[in-house]
Amino acid sequence: MNAIDVRGIVKKFGDFTAVNGISFTVETGEIFGLLGPNGAGKSTLIRMLVTLLTPTAGTALVNGFDITKQSDGVRQSIGVIAQAMTSDLELSVEENLIIFAKLYGVPRPRRERLIDELLEAVELTQWRKAQVKNLSGGMRRRVEIARGLVHEPRIFFLDEPTTGLDPVSRVAVWEMLAKIKRERELTILITTHYMDEADKLCDRIAIVDHGALKALDSPIKLKASIPGRNTLEVSFSATPPGWTELLERLPGVESVVGEDHVFRIGTTLGPATTMAVMEAAAGAGIAVQSLSVQSTTLDDVFVHYTGRALRDALQEANPLDRGPLLRRA
Amino acid sequence: MGRTWAIIERELRRFRRSPVLIAISIVMPIVQLVVLGYAFGGNVKHLKLAIVDQDHGVPAIKVRELASAASSGAHTIDTVDYADQGQAIDDLRNGRVNGVLTIPPEFSRRVLTKNEPRVALIEDNTDGFVSVALAGTLGGMLAAYNQPATTARIASATTLDVVEIYPYVPYLQYLLPGSVVMSIFMMVMIGGGIIFIDDKARGLHEGYLVTPIKKLELVAGFNISGTIKAVLAGMFLIIIGSVIAGIPNAFDPMRLLRLFVVVVVTAFALISLMFLLMVRVSDPMLPRAVFGVLNTVLYFPSGAVYPQQGFPGWMQVIAVADPFTYAVHALKCLLLKNTGFTAITADLTFLLIFSVVAMSAATALFKRTL
Repeated sequence: MNAIDVRGIVKKFGDFTAVNGISFTVETGEIFGLLGPNGAGKSTLIRMLVTLLTPTAGTALVNGFDITKQSDGVRQSIGVIAQAMTSDLELSVEENLIIFAKLYGVPRPRRERLIDELLEAVELTQWRKAQVKNLSGGMRRRVEIARGLVHEPRIFFLDEPTTGLDPVSRVAVWEMLAKIKRERELTILITTHYMDEADKLCDRIAIVDHGALKALDSPIKLKASIPGRNTLEVSFSATPPGWTELLERLPGVESVVGEDHVFRIGTTLGPATTMAVMEAAAGAGIAVQSLSVQSTTLDDVFVHYTGRALRDALQEANPLDRGPLLRRA
Repeated sequence: MGRTWAIIERELRRFRRSPVLIAISIVMPIVQLVVLGYAFGGNVKHLKLAIVDQDHGVPAIKVRELASAASSGAHTIDTVDYADQGQAIDDLRNGRVNGVLTIPPEFSRRVLTKNEPRVALIEDNTDGFVSVALAGTLGGMLAAYNQPATTARIASATTLDVVEIYPYVPYLQYLLPGSVVMSIFMMVMIGGGIIFIDDKARGLHEGYLVTPIKKLELVAGFNISGTIKAVLAGMFLIIIGSVIAGIPNAFDPMRLLRLFVVVVVTAFALISLMFLLMVRVSDPMLPRAVFGVLNTVLYFPSGAVYPQQGFPGWMQVIAVADPFTYAVHALKCLLLKNTGFTAITADLTFLLIFSVVAMSAATALFKRTL
């Protein structure tokens, strides 16, 4: 049985369709990522799976329980980290875990053992009596990770867990999740708009944009699925007329995107194209100011499947993005 | 039930760490009790009364002597002699005096001939309290003036004997029931309504909605914890307020028990009302805006500061539906008259029915999903 089985799920808010008939499965034990910009429908999708929102159409099975008809069964077997920080600021770290353990009906002896283990796993043992409001954002997230696992769920949902955290805290959260995954039998579904997060953590990634599923596979296969295995980023001192067309004719080149003397060249023959670029620049009497060779990134994958860069999508204003306060149609 | 208790435990732990909330809910009603009680509860004194004697006869002198006696005794009035009526009235209009007692030129002759002797009180009627006090004092003074020199051994006219069955109740004590209900209401609105909506706006509720807690358990948890907090505020006000206001036998155990019952029922009624009003609200500004209006609409029509018999019809309609009315009445019976449960059965019945209806409606409206 798959851990999660999403079947043609749809969510509309009035005339706006946030999720448009998405279907996929998540295998037991894998880390599955939903990657896409804000407003893509990731949070709406995950909220339906954790029974915070009711689908307009379609359904999903989470741990074998139907999200619309067996929501109690779903809730008992999942842990959730919401996008907004939901830990109680006035309570201590330990109190946050105790209250949640009681909400899940965890018996006292098991509860105390689990809390000790989880505090150690998230490296907050020495902070157990501290009020959450005195902790940093990264530490607060770790409290919420521990809180989400206090009842030993089989599936863990994380909605943009590192958004708003500094780079050091982000890495700490990744390491925490990887460590917990190693120690426990856990299926994880994570939504993110960070490519590096999806690339680093996930066994498989679903690319979501405008409420639709654009691609789904492992990071390696996704990158391999698009033209060009390397990307050269080159800046020139000058660009004579016809320079873009000249670059396109170089060996192995499959795509050229240039602006203001800086060019991104997708190629299947990284070394050969690099040599050819240097020779072409020398022959035209222009200097190569900088050159870097990158492997294909998920941004390139995103561009291929959606027609725009993930960072550009993030910068676009989305007037219909309702954020974490999304309520009803 | 365990999940309900988890919510109650969470709320009470947070409450314990909110000293500002506790202070606001208790200090403000105490301050209001003391300030309003002393601002409205005193007897009006040292009102300046101008006396214009245009007669100067013996009966006029007697009237002036009685006015001086009233001034020396209860100090309600301070008399000031004026030779000129016009000057006296000018000073009245300018606020230098509060009233002008004019003894007209033919007063003594009319007294002697028993031909409708009159004196005139010209008063500044923009302040009703002052004008009532002046008219009352001078009316009493003239009643004393009209007493015959000798009286019959057996009175033939009907007299009124006033018997007060309870000890004198200063206005401070009269205000105490309303202040207790006010403290319960403030704890309900701030510790219940405002914090509830703030948590919702910050997304805190999502953390609880994804757990297996049932809708009824969540609602019961929020409301029972809100009731506990409100009861603590109410009982604290009763104890401190009784000492401040000088309630006799304030710590009588049976009375405290009855008061506790009324406070619990009142707290539950008010928290039910708050929950019904806030159950579908998401904007944190709304409870703050509504709080002040509700405070006025519920508190003043309840009879907490002035008898309802003096209200216009539309305000009496509000009073009938207002849970404050029944709570204030019940607390007045217990605090001011030390009655038993019989006197407050109707009040408790209304409050319980109100609670059940409001809580049922709020539970039906409460959304288990976003």
